[in-house]
Amino acid sequence: MANSGDKPAARNRESLWKDEFSIFQERERFVSRRQLIKFLTLTSLGMFVGNVWILFRSWMRRDSTFPRQEIARIGEIPVGGVKLFRYPNPKEQCLLVRTSEDNYVAYSQKCTHLSCAVYYSREDNQLICPCHNGRFSIRDGAVIQGPPTRALPHVILERKGQELIAIGMSGKLES
Amino acid sequence: MRRRTTALDGVAALLILLLMVQIWLLSATLDAYLAGHTDAALPGAICSGLIFVAVAGLYRFVQRLDRAR
Repeated sequence: MANSGDKPAARNRESLWKDEFSIFQERERFVSRRQLIKFLTLTSLGMFVGNVWILFRSWMRRDSTFPRQEIARIGEIPVGGVKLFRYPNPKEQCLLVRTSEDNYVAYSQKCTHLSCAVYYSREDNQLICPCHNGRFSIRDGAVIQGPPTRALPHVILERKGQELIAIGMSGKLES
Repeated sequence: MRRRTTALDGVAALLILLLMVQIWLLSATLDAYLAGHTDAALPGAICSGLIFVAVAGLYRFVQRLDRAR
């Protein structure tokens, strides 16, 4: 009983196979075009899903709050000195630079091109990515030269007495 | 048969054109998202959805063409 029930399905499979891989050239061309259209439709669906994923991530991160974290004490690093710290989570490396006696700036250390670690060059007064020689302004993290197209995410600092506290990040969504 | 093949060619060309727009849309939205701008995400998703509806409509047209064979 089960065998007789399977027979029509097997026949359908065979006919589909013959249809997909026809021996007639005209039909074969017709089938390959149809398959291309099927593939293009699936690709379009994939890209739509990608856009929805970005929308979902945007909504998820819109209300995210950054933690307050003490990153250094005033005078802990000399003028032109650098201190590395992790913010807003233990996976994200950032660097704090003392640019003058009273001025501190902090940025994500991850280059916006291919995520290499940037370093501070005191001679050039710039943040430099050694991988592709991308350079960022120490003043605002903007791209000066090289392949990166986006500025470095900027860590917002607050001075509370003798402590420097990171309170958020601009140009970055992940918390 | 020849007319059907021509129709399929036209549909494939139109699909490729729509997909190019959709690829641009996805890359532009992703770039804006990575730069910290979330405003482009909603219009990007809506436009991408509309393009997908158009693509699905063309796919259905091809299926109907096959059934009429």
